[in-house]
Amino acid sequence: MTTLVFLEHHEGELQKGGLGVLGKAAQLGEAHAAILGSGVAGLAEQSGRYGAGKVYVVDDPALEAPLSQPRVDALAEIVRDNGIENVFFAQSVLAADLAAALAARLDAGLNWQLTDVEARDGGLVAKQPALQDTVVVESGWSSTPRLALFRSGTFDPQETGGSAEVENVSVSFEDFSTQATMVEQAHEEQSGPSIEDADVIVAGGRGLGGPENFTLVEELAKALGGAVGATRAVVDAGWYPYSTQVGQTGKTVSPKLYIACGISGAIQHKVGMQSSGTIVAINKDPNAPIFEFSDLGVVGDLHQIVPKLTELVRSARG
Amino acid sequence: MKIAVCVKQVPEGPGKIDPGSKRLDRSGAGALNHFDANAVEAALRIKEQNTSATDSTEVVLVSLGPEKALDAMRKALAMGADRALLISDESAAGSDLVATSYALAKALERESADLVLFGQQGSDSDGAVLWAAVADRLRRPLISQVAELTLDGGKVRGKRQTEFGYDVIEAPLPAVIAVSDAINEPRYPSLKGIMGAKKKPQETVSLGDLGVEAERAGEAGSKTTVVALGAPPPRGDSRKLEDDGNAAEQILAFLQEKRLL
Repeated sequence: MTTLVFLEHHEGELQKGGLGVLGKAAQLGEAHAAILGSGVAGLAEQSGRYGAGKVYVVDDPALEAPLSQPRVDALAEIVRDNGIENVFFAQSVLAADLAAALAARLDAGLNWQLTDVEARDGGLVAKQPALQDTVVVESGWSSTPRLALFRSGTFDPQETGGSAEVENVSVSFEDFSTQATMVEQAHEEQSGPSIEDADVIVAGGRGLGGPENFTLVEELAKALGGAVGATRAVVDAGWYPYSTQVGQTGKTVSPKLYIACGISGAIQHKVGMQSSGTIVAINKDPNAPIFEFSDLGVVGDLHQIVPKLTELVRSARG
Repeated sequence: MKIAVCVKQVPEGPGKIDPGSKRLDRSGAGALNHFDANAVEAALRIKEQNTSATDSTEVVLVSLGPEKALDAMRKALAMGADRALLISDESAAGSDLVATSYALAKALERESADLVLFGQQGSDSDGAVLWAAVADRLRRPLISQVAELTLDGGKVRGKRQTEFGYDVIEAPLPAVIAVSDAINEPRYPSLKGIMGAKKKPQETVSLGDLGVEAERAGEAGSKTTVVALGAPPPRGDSRKLEDDGNAAEQILAFLQEKRLL
């Protein structure tokens, strides 16, 4: 069975997520890779080292910016012309849009949020945690190509030392695919200290009510000797710097202790912190999804609880 | 100008899967997917900013679901949307991404809106991909995860966050936009809005009305299957408590017990 893996790149480097998925694809059979961009020919060789037998390179100025739609045209053509049975992606903002649009284009099944896949009865069966991870669904496909989008960080890249045959592909793009244009790209607006190595993270979300209340989170973090994290919603709202953001489009962290204050637990946030040792959540909404994956969930007003907890921690730690 | 907002009814409270059909159990009370409220709010703000006397803005809600999904749509009507279009058909049950995007695209083609808006995810299924499939079927440009949206003449501009920082993307209308939950704080419906919602046009159409072939809908039109359901890996003993005034003490005791202090 031949599996095509989309390899995303950024600033001249192939991203780890895709390389990890490539290693998984190589375990299932023939693994091919697709590298789509402008001036990317040099990246092809790397894909062989991580398990690709063949790499399709589409090098075109229309693929300069990391936008999904022209990449749909490229992947659709590669899949159709090469008898590809499976197409795998590692979750990212770009890959999710690409995978879903490719599903529509090819009328192909897409399963997402996957944490594993195996060959069974001539087909594939994938593990898909659902409903805030309260159930694990075994998902399959009723036709080919089978499209699969894996949670980020699911598989570690394995360097096998092979080499890939390179095939350069030229693609004709649909009119609508190149209408969206990148005006400004990857402009990181603020910077600050890293939170990836912290043993304790106290994170704040929209439930704080306003940027001024981040002091509550900062004080507790300080008392615990930890760092401060934030959700995408509050970072986008300008309450706290991007460098502290935990989640899909921010940092992935796994501290010993993660205290979530006023965080609902959207999937975007969860994937960045769910592997923390112990998770404590404080939220006033008893139905907040974060309680489904917390070790201790506290339904209550964080504005009352957090300052009191800070005082208690201070005295307990002396 | 016409804005179509795609909305979804989700089960109220924590969802569960019906072991018989292996589908999400939608028999209980439903609510408007709260991520969709951000898309409705974004549409209403565009409508309110448009002061043109000759070309007012119409906000149309489009959904696929059971008849009672109209209840959830009425909440968005109460917020200020102008009318609702619900695709409701028994043979649409069990539709996956391919089948759902096909039926939605058919309805959106009929509406021919200048702007199609989506929320960032379904709160029930963790699904965050539908818009890209719909944009491809409509053959329209797409901007997703938009945290700041501006409309200027025939162009739409979106600022969004990716793994590497912020992007600003521009596209000509008609376009498909998926907004993030950071874009705005959705308004609460006013009493007047709630009373008025019942009188706003609410149309229900079948798949046949839209020209969706039976073999492209529901399980027949879907390309993914549920093989089995299993319990998740256990996370150890999880505790939940309501604050009775002693929550801080209880958290401290928990941290001490786990030797985390």
